[in-house]
Amino acid sequence: MLRFLLNRVLQGAVLILIVSMIGFFVINLAPGGPLSQYAMTPGMSQADLDRIAAQMGLDRPLPVQYLDWLGNMLIGDWGNSYRDQSPVLDVVWRHMWATLLLMGTSTVISVALGTLVGVLGALKRYSIFDYMATVGAMIALSIPTFWFGLVAIFIFALELGWLPAGSMYTVGDQSLGDYLIHLIMPSIVLALVNVAIWSRYMRAATLDVIDQDYVRTAKAKGLPHLRVVSAHIVRNALIPMITLAGLQLPTIIGGALVTETVFTWPGLGRLFIDSLGYNDYPVIMGLLMFSAILTVIGNFLADVGVALADPRIRLG
Amino acid sequence: MTTPSSSTTDPVLSVRDLTIRFKARGRETPVVHGIDFDIHGGETLALVGESGSGKSVTSFALMRLLPDARHCTIEGQVNIGGVNLLELTERKMTSVRGPKIAMIFQEPLTSLNPVHRVGDQIAEAIRYHRKMTRAQIRDRVLELLTLVGIPDPERRMSAYPGAMSGGMRQRVVIAMALALEPDLLIADEPTTALDVTVQAQILELLRDIQNRTGMAMLFITHDFGVVAEIADRVMVMYSGRIVEEGRLEDVLTQPRMPYTQGLLSSVPRLEDAGLRTGALGTIEGFVPTAGNLPDGCSFHPRCPHARPGVCDTAMPALEPHGRPDHPVRCLRIEDIAASDMEDLSV
Repeated sequence: MLRFLLNRVLQGAVLILIVSMIGFFVINLAPGGPLSQYAMTPGMSQADLDRIAAQMGLDRPLPVQYLDWLGNMLIGDWGNSYRDQSPVLDVVWRHMWATLLLMGTSTVISVALGTLVGVLGALKRYSIFDYMATVGAMIALSIPTFWFGLVAIFIFALELGWLPAGSMYTVGDQSLGDYLIHLIMPSIVLALVNVAIWSRYMRAATLDVIDQDYVRTAKAKGLPHLRVVSAHIVRNALIPMITLAGLQLPTIIGGALVTETVFTWPGLGRLFIDSLGYNDYPVIMGLLMFSAILTVIGNFLADVGVALADPRIRLG
Repeated sequence: MTTPSSSTTDPVLSVRDLTIRFKARGRETPVVHGIDFDIHGGETLALVGESGSGKSVTSFALMRLLPDARHCTIEGQVNIGGVNLLELTERKMTSVRGPKIAMIFQEPLTSLNPVHRVGDQIAEAIRYHRKMTRAQIRDRVLELLTLVGIPDPERRMSAYPGAMSGGMRQRVVIAMALALEPDLLIADEPTTALDVTVQAQILELLRDIQNRTGMAMLFITHDFGVVAEIADRVMVMYSGRIVEEGRLEDVLTQPRMPYTQGLLSSVPRLEDAGLRTGALGTIEGFVPTAGNLPDGCSFHPRCPHARPGVCDTAMPALEPHGRPDHPVRCLRIEDIAASDMEDLSV
């Protein structure tokens, strides 16, 4: 067990290091460069720009800049945002709560609904419900999220006026009810695709289990239908879903990107888009590292989770 | 040894005109054609036949474990305790499985759920049928594991199936089936997947438990060696019909149906070992697939005694032909008995 942990920590560290290297150099290869924002300021001369570059250490060779950045990152200094000079970790942290709230709500909806639809579809395979669920999932997966979001805003915010069109709270209100009302539309729009994905996987996993001999044994010993389904079908079908959930963890950053933009939700996805627009390299690098770390953690949690749920699997 | 019970007592299981059809692409294919049989308490009836003869389908129909009505239809009667199981709702059937009929399966390696402890899998069978406390259920599980001969049951009950051998898992499956003291135990080739030594142990265990509990047993197998070990009565099945039925000694020593004779002559015999007096008996051809049965007797294309114009015209009935306790389904039974008996190696 200790060996397994050490192994995984080492592997993760190497992976993150490689990601940071590739990420750092690729971002600096992109046209524009960190100074392009300053260059747009009226009256800025080349001499001014050179001075700023020297101040920020941008005149040094890239490998030196990288090592400098890496060394600082390891001691917890992820640099400062070019936009407002606040520390990158603070910026990421501030936006993370908005994303966690949105992603958390939508994940609860999509896992619960997706599991239910998937299991029912598999139990009643080729029934009308199953066909409708299949077609519904295809439609949900085919509709671009931004289009669905805009249509939802048009109907529920503009035409009916039931729900706010965007942002996380009404300035000056910020009560729990106000947060919830703002949460409804983006979380459902975000959940739509995930329900579709989750229900398809769950249906396939359930169908894998449903014809197993042990399900027949469970019926043969006179267990009620609900018990057979819960303890012997769903229980076993959920094991591969743990891996899927682990792989979904890093999509916290990218997964809600479009939804956050459409609903002007102040989360990580929008922070990423905005940072790209501003050439805010420290924040972009910070989000990249954050995403890499989440990937490593997600995989690790999935492996541990599967081992806990399935006695046939040993960690090592 | 149990004594075959007299026909004066009511049978535990009484099957009448059981017909099973599978549906596929709008067509119905009969796989079991109106079979009848009884099993009494303490008695073991062996249902023997090749793969595809319908013996497993019959056992699943008794348990109502076949696919739902969209895929198959079951007609006739399966009577247990005066109730026709085929008329019960699925919910009522749940209370029959376990205390009335229980079943053990062919594949011990896959019959247990790999993610639950074996003790829990036995316990859940009890929990849904009996009002017992946790401690009582635990004691009962220990008792059952001991009964089926699992050493160190205290420790074994918290093991996962993956940590057990095939023989041990089959014992767990048996313990599970016995948990509610069923009136009838259906054993669908329970020893086929096991080593010969383990096979003998399992058979002895089943016989021993039957002696103690007096339950009836329907034993499904294709192996006449196993039949000789365990059965009181034998029923031979071919293409969804019973073709011969009788007491164990009668069927083994004086098989009447050419199919049964063929099956028996294909069993290697110790007396012949080393003599190399010729090849082992085989039955030419294959079991016809359901839906493609030949006209007349289903066995006639493979039968060494078949006569054109006789065997390919009408399906013979299962009739005594002079021996009421040993009926057979053959039109030429008298001729065969008269002329060919000396040729048979049995």
